[in-house]
Amino acid sequence: MAELATELEARDIADSEPRWSRAPQLRLWSGLWPQLVAFALAVAAWQVVVWSGWKPANVLPGPLPVFRSLFDDLSRGDFYVGVGITLQRAVLGYGIAVVAGSAVGLLVARVSIVRRALGSALLGLQSMPSISWFPLAILLFQHSEPAIIFVVLLGAAPAIANGLLSGVDHVQPLLVRVGRVMGARGLGLYRYVILPAALPSFIGGLKQGWAFAWRSLMAGELIIAFAGHQPSLGQQLRLAQNLSDTQQLIALMMVIFTIGVAVDLGFGVLDREIRRRWGLLGVEA
Amino acid sequence: MRPSLGCEAMSKVLELSEKHSLSVEALTMAYPHGDRLLMALQGVSLEVQRGEFVCVVGASGSGKSTLLNLLAGLEQPTRGRAHVHGHMALIFQEAALLPWLTAAGNVELALELRGVRNPARSRIAADLLRRVHLDGWERRRPHELSGGMKQRVALARALAQDADVLLMDEPFASLDAITRDLLHEELERLWSQNGLTILFVTHNAREAVRLGDRVLVFTSRPGRVAHEVVVDLPRPRSLDSPQLAVIAGRITDRLKQEMRRNG
Repeated sequence: MAELATELEARDIADSEPRWSRAPQLRLWSGLWPQLVAFALAVAAWQVVVWSGWKPANVLPGPLPVFRSLFDDLSRGDFYVGVGITLQRAVLGYGIAVVAGSAVGLLVARVSIVRRALGSALLGLQSMPSISWFPLAILLFQHSEPAIIFVVLLGAAPAIANGLLSGVDHVQPLLVRVGRVMGARGLGLYRYVILPAALPSFIGGLKQGWAFAWRSLMAGELIIAFAGHQPSLGQQLRLAQNLSDTQQLIALMMVIFTIGVAVDLGFGVLDREIRRRWGLLGVEA
Repeated sequence: MRPSLGCEAMSKVLELSEKHSLSVEALTMAYPHGDRLLMALQGVSLEVQRGEFVCVVGASGSGKSTLLNLLAGLEQPTRGRAHVHGHMALIFQEAALLPWLTAAGNVELALELRGVRNPARSRIAADLLRRVHLDGWERRRPHELSGGMKQRVALARALAQDADVLLMDEPFASLDAITRDLLHEELERLWSQNGLTILFVTHNAREAVRLGDRVLVFTSRPGRVAHEVVVDLPRPRSLDSPQLAVIAGRITDRLKQEMRRNG
C-alpha cells in the first residue's frame, strides 16, 4: 500500500517538474539572440548619430574606427599587462572585502551589542558613494596602491556584510528549532543550519559587493596618479582622455564593461545554481 | 550531547522512566500580550506511559503547540514542570527539512549530530529511508518531494535522532486525505515496531481517535485538559468505521461546547 503511494506521488512529482527537454545549444541561442539584436541596434543608432554630423568625427568616432582601435589593443602585449594590473587590484581589494565583510556581518548577526552599535552604520556605509572616500584615502596613503585598495574595500565590504546579515536574520525560525532539537548548539547551529540557509542571500551580497568594488576600482585608477608608468585600465583611460583619443577611450570602456558583465554572469550562474539546489527557484517556462 | 544530570536527578529520572515517558505537572505558561498576560496553559497535568500513543485535540489557541515546545525544552514554563524521559524528536506540520540537503542528507545530519561516523552513517540513513518506503528517493532534495514524502523523511529523521518519544504537532494537517490515511498506517507501524511513545497534537477528532490509545481534549484560553477519552477500539482502525465516528462525534461536540463557551 505504501509502495503504491510513493509510486503515485512520484508520478505527481514527475508531472510538475520543469521541462528541460530542449537541447542546450538551443537554450543558449534563445538567451543570446535578443542580446545580439540589442547590440546590433545600439551600434546602428550610434552610426546614425555619427552620420548626422552632430559632432566632428575626431570627437565622436563611429563604430568602425572604435572596433579597429579595440582590436589593436587586444593584439598588444602591454594592454594585457594593464588589464592584469587592474584585475590584480580587483582580486586583492575584493578578496580582503569578502573576508572583512563576512567577519563583520557574522559578528553583527551573532553579538547583539555589536548589532546595536554597528547595524545601522553598516546600512549607511553601503549607501555612501565610495568615491567620497578618496580624499581621505589620498591623505592617509598618498597616491599609492593602498589608497586604491582601501577604497575598494570600503566600497565592497558593507554590501557583503549586509548580505550575510540579512541572510542570517531571515533564516526560517522553524529550521533553527529543528536544528536545536537535533542537538546543534552555538557554532554547530551556525555551521549546519544558519549559514547554509543564509547562503543565497550571502551570494547576493557578494554579487553586489563585486559591483561596488569594480566601480570603486575604476574611480581609483582614474583619480589616483602614480609616479612612473602604470598602464592599468583606468590609467589608460585617463591617458586617452588627455590625448583626446576618443576611439581608444570608447574601446577601453568596452573592455571595462565586458569584464564587469563577465564577472556578473559568473555570479548569476552561481546564484541560479544555489537557488536551484535550495529549491528557491519557481517552475520555469 | 545530552544535558548532563546530577546523580540525584538522574536516579529520579530513571525511577520515573520505569513507567512514564513523559510527564507534565501543574504546567502554566503565560505570555505578555499588550499590558496583560495571555494564559496559554493553566495548570496542565498529564502523564504518558512508555509505549503509549496519546492524542491531544483542541481548538486553535488551546496552547497545544506551546505544550510541545515546553516539552521539547524550546521554551521555559512560567510555572510547573514538563519532562520527557528519553530521547525526544519533534515533528511539525511542515516537514521542516533543510532544503539544501537531500533526503538522505537530512537523515544523515541527525546522525552526524549524534556523533555517528561515516560508513555507518550513510548505511543507517539508507536503512531508515527504506523503513519509511522512500528507497529510490535518497538523492532528491525536499523541493522535489511531495508533502507526504517530506513527512516520511521527517519521520526517518526522527528515528535517526534515536528518539523513543515523538512529539508531533499537527504533522499531517496539510496533506490530502489519501496521503494522510497512508501516513497513519505508516506511523502506527513505526510506533509498534520501534516501541515508540507518541504525543500527537491535532485539531481533527477522527484522526485522534484513529491513532490514540487515549485522547485528551483541551479547552482554549487558558489551555487545560477538559476531558479524557480512552479509545478501546482494536487496531488497525479505519477512519470510516462507525464506532470510530461515534467516539469522534462525542469529542467534537465537547470541542464545540468549549468553543461556544469562549465565544
